[in-house]
Amino acid sequence: MSTSIDFLLWVRGPGFDIALFIFVVGVLIRLLEVLILGRKADYSEPRGAELGAGLLTLVTRTAPEGGSFKRSPFTVVGGYIWHIGFLISLFLFVPHIELIDSVLGIRWPGIASNLVDAIAAVTIVTLVAMLFSRLTHPVKRFLSGPEDYLTWVVTFLPMLTGYLAYHRMIDPYPLVLGLHILSVELLMVLFPFTKLMHAFTFIIARWYNGAMAGRRGVQS
Amino acid sequence: MSEATLERGMNAFREQMNAPVASFFSSCVNCGMCAEACLFYTETDDPKYTPIHKLEPLRRVWEQEYTLWGRLKSMLGLSKPVTNELLEEWETLIYDGCTLCGRCSMVCPVGNDISYMIRRAREGFVAAGYAPEGIKGASRRAVTIGSPMGVKFPALAAQIKHVEADSGLTIPVDVEGADYMALLSSMEIMNFPEYLEALARIFKQAGVTWTISSEAFEATNSGIQIGSSDIARELVNRVVVAAEKLKVKYVISPECGHAYTAIRWEGPNLIGRPYDFKVVHILELLDELRSTGRLKTEGTEDDRLTFHDPCQIVRKGGVLEPPRNLLKLVATNFVDMNDSREMNWCCGGGGGVSANERAEELRIKAFKRKKTQLDELNVETLVTACANCRLIIEEGLEEYRMEMPVVGLTEMIAEHLVEDEK
Repeated sequence: MSTSIDFLLWVRGPGFDIALFIFVVGVLIRLLEVLILGRKADYSEPRGAELGAGLLTLVTRTAPEGGSFKRSPFTVVGGYIWHIGFLISLFLFVPHIELIDSVLGIRWPGIASNLVDAIAAVTIVTLVAMLFSRLTHPVKRFLSGPEDYLTWVVTFLPMLTGYLAYHRMIDPYPLVLGLHILSVELLMVLFPFTKLMHAFTFIIARWYNGAMAGRRGVQS
Repeated sequence: MSEATLERGMNAFREQMNAPVASFFSSCVNCGMCAEACLFYTETDDPKYTPIHKLEPLRRVWEQEYTLWGRLKSMLGLSKPVTNELLEEWETLIYDGCTLCGRCSMVCPVGNDISYMIRRAREGFVAAGYAPEGIKGASRRAVTIGSPMGVKFPALAAQIKHVEADSGLTIPVDVEGADYMALLSSMEIMNFPEYLEALARIFKQAGVTWTISSEAFEATNSGIQIGSSDIARELVNRVVVAAEKLKVKYVISPECGHAYTAIRWEGPNLIGRPYDFKVVHILELLDELRSTGRLKTEGTEDDRLTFHDPCQIVRKGGVLEPPRNLLKLVATNFVDMNDSREMNWCCGGGGGVSANERAEELRIKAFKRKKTQLDELNVETLVTACANCRLIIEEGLEEYRMEMPVVGLTEMIAEHLVEDEK
């Protein structure tokens, strides 16, 4: 028991600090690496304004284009379910809000734990289905390399260990809670070095896409 | 062109790196949705035609030289370098299996503008010597002779004479101070001279003062297709010099897709300054003449007909409404395809693919997408506004034994002009 408490104390203390440092500094460096490159002035006469079109694409790209939805329904629906489920589990579970409050001093209302539990279960099943799709869909399988599977693992583990911890399915409890926190730290540490960065850079990408098309008079 | 080497290619790749490109590569999650937007994938079911996959060489340059983590991996020998073999393997993906149509850029959920990156990646390929012979030849002819098809001014002068004799109209050449300077594509000069006659008739009726320059009449730009800014700049500059010499207010881009991209959007950036004149697409000009009452038509086309949106004019050019406004003027039974306007499917021959003989078999396969779109509609006539699309579609229809006239929109309008000879 004492070793599992030591473990929990380490992952909640120094472990978390290390992970948070790597995450924050890493993400900042990655964003800086993108933005510092800039782009050249465009001398062509614009047909439309960049700013509004860029911001609109940032929002509208969240919904799939009709034809694409018909051609990739599983990727779209599965993608929605697990992203939303993951974000709800992360940000609307009361103990998580308490943690964020203790680190950043900001809080917001959560939702009932049993509801988060159900959403987490759906998210876990969807993530497994997404992995299955990646392994079997000809295009996704063709495109996928070690990084795609690694990022799946580090996204899946916090969901799985969180579920196990909530239901106290591993004894002793400090061990499973410690494993859960450790899995999140793994996600944070790998985040800046992998495609997980899309969670931030998609904002820049969508904006540029919309702005460059908007300049030509097309809403992309 | 100086000698092509891997080193020059790498330098060209580096010159193309900017914040948009870095944000796009940072954001890709390999979801594969761009494949479903690409006719080269949908018609072949071969995953190697997934748009983002075509960018692997450029992606490696970005990761290995523009990210801290990538630089560390390279130092530890954990990265796969960009080699001649890699570029050779990817050449067919980036030139034969992409028309720069930009449809993938409209569907990527994280917002990657993939065709923007393909255009930039081609700069590295051509600098390293990996570009198809067909487009290389076209570029060489464009630089040395003045046209990718080898058309010199005497050939155009001969066509002008024919058109003048047939129509009794005058085609102005080198007239200083005209409002508009019209450009043509070689394809129009050689295969569709009706376009020239249509311009003459419409402009006479509308009272537009215009001219053709004997020094710069060619609108197409092989440099844009092969991905060489040096060649593209040289070709754009000829038009700019001629237009500024003749002191015209506007340059008219013809019914040719990539010519519009070249002169309208890339041109000012290639020469590094805004023009002293404005560029209008012929459909924009016709639509303006229509809305100001200077374009008067009579009679209608009653066939069930549809419009093929040329990618570079519509999706990547922003000329969305003019073709439809003009069609409404003369067609009573116009229907849009299921995917139209900015989501239209490419004919399969854009971005230099039509000049690339090696790509013909693949292009014919990819045309099945257009065939499917047309089959769904059951139309009798297809109208378009790009000489290259037109030729590619005619070839495709013939290949699949579909009987359907393919008509240029400008000519269709000209056929319905009210002739008010005074």
